[in-house]
Amino acid sequence: MSGEPRGRAFWALAIFFAAFLLFLYGPTLTILVLSFQGPEGGLTFPMQGLSFHWYGTLWQGVGVVDIWAAFRRSVRMSLVVMALTTIIALSAGYAFRRRFTGQSGLFHLTIASLIVPSIVVSLGIALQFRLIDDSIKAIGEAWGIEAITEGYTTAMGLFTSGLGAHLTWTLPFGLLIMFAVFNRFPGELEEAARDLGASPWQVFRHVVLPLIAPSLVGVALFGFTLSWDEIARSSQAIGDVNTLPLELQGLTTTVTTPEIYALGTLTTGVSVLVIGLAFALMAGWKRLRAARALRG
Amino acid sequence: MPLALVLALFFVLPLLATAVVSLWDYTEYSLVPDVTARNYREMFEGCASFTLCTTFRTYLSTLKLCLLVWMFTLTIGFTVAYFLAFMVRTETMRTVLFLLCTAPFLTSNVIRMISWIPLLGREGVANRALKSLGIVSQPVEWLLFSEFSVVLAFVHLYTLFVTVPVFNSLMRIDRRLLEAARDAGATGWQTLWHVVVPLAKPGIVIGSIFVIVLVMGDFVTIGVMGGQQIASVGKVIQVQMSYLQFPAAAAQAMVLLALVLGMIVALTKLVDIRREL
Repeated sequence: MSGEPRGRAFWALAIFFAAFLLFLYGPTLTILVLSFQGPEGGLTFPMQGLSFHWYGTLWQGVGVVDIWAAFRRSVRMSLVVMALTTIIALSAGYAFRRRFTGQSGLFHLTIASLIVPSIVVSLGIALQFRLIDDSIKAIGEAWGIEAITEGYTTAMGLFTSGLGAHLTWTLPFGLLIMFAVFNRFPGELEEAARDLGASPWQVFRHVVLPLIAPSLVGVALFGFTLSWDEIARSSQAIGDVNTLPLELQGLTTTVTTPEIYALGTLTTGVSVLVIGLAFALMAGWKRLRAARALRG
Repeated sequence: MPLALVLALFFVLPLLATAVVSLWDYTEYSLVPDVTARNYREMFEGCASFTLCTTFRTYLSTLKLCLLVWMFTLTIGFTVAYFLAFMVRTETMRTVLFLLCTAPFLTSNVIRMISWIPLLGREGVANRALKSLGIVSQPVEWLLFSEFSVVLAFVHLYTLFVTVPVFNSLMRIDRRLLEAARDAGATGWQTLWHVVVPLAKPGIVIGSIFVIVLVMGDFVTIGVMGGQQIASVGKVIQVQMSYLQFPAAAAQAMVLLALVLGMIVALTKLVDIRREL
């Protein structure tokens, strides 16, 4: 194929591809530009000067909503989801390399968790916690436990129901990545290590882990960003407080200034930063290993 | 196995809770644990008559959106994947372009939706262009907060769910097959239709499942881009939740789930997912 002159089909498809990229990125770049609107500027072009005005107002908070509390909540939440996703996906991916009872059931369950509509999962978790609440209250009243009858409100919250909702979304992606990794993993290396007398833990720690580390960064990246932007599953299952995307969704109907673009740009900025960081880590890791291989 | 534990706690139990509660009765402020078919009955009330009942209308409009989005994402996603797999010559370039296509998946959907406002609004870029070209004299209203903008946003958000699996399938095609087809005298289109598309079927099916599920259960995109005016199954569930009509919402969710699963089973008859990874 290579070496031949590019045909008409190539140029037609190349133009299509370029148009697609423009379609993908154009809108996001538009709000990036518009977020620097001058103080007089509105939601659309033309630009009325160039300023950080809307970032300034954003810094002071958006109306009644405490956007920075939501921001901090979202960061904390995403970090926890990221850590759990990485650890659980890694252990599950490792386990799936051997046969065990219920293997195919668990696999299909994971896939199902990915493809059951988010609103259904979200509703289910909300119902589950409502039932839990009702039973705890009933127990409290039946036994006259004051702490429950007086103080108890709900078990729902960011790090109970909310966390669970996020994990049903991030874990399938994590597991699929681990499958893709282990499907291409050279098993001879482990065998060699075992033959040389390494314990299972040593094989994992000194052979497997270094080889799959870059992919783990990928899993962590998915864990963080998917949780950071998640709405549909959180919406019913998060309890009283909101994460940043939920606040943002609410703001789309009430805020009519470029402030929302500033907030949008900032949120995307966090995602881009995390993606960049992940790729830098992966590239750095590979280079380090290459350098070690040269020396060794 | 922590994975099994998490899924059991936050996926299996909630679905069971939904199934059970969908059979419960309810009053204005509480759930009544009592088996009844009331929720399902009320859902399909009046559905036997010739005028369409609300439930059927909602499902039909959701299905229509789904079909439109499916068509567009499939065409665009396949074309993009084809370009990446067969037209890009170096591996580095392919990786870079592939990442460019997939990176937006990791950014916020809501923000990507509101990004369309300055382009499609009354005073937006599209309307200004149309006016200055003299095509229209009044700003076009149906660009934003309409079915058009909903479909546009869906295509914008979900095309990569088709691109990635189709690309994966295309990369596994033995290039010699294409040469063989050409040597046997097939035209470019014949090769595409009789060799490439059948071999890309697994990717096409997986992508289709993603798109169908995402659109059928959606309420966020339809809410934001439809100006909260367009009905969808997901929105009905969300509204019922906000009125605390949990059993009704649960019944609605069970019907949606059954419909979506039916569609998926029909599609998966065509492909074994696990072998594709």
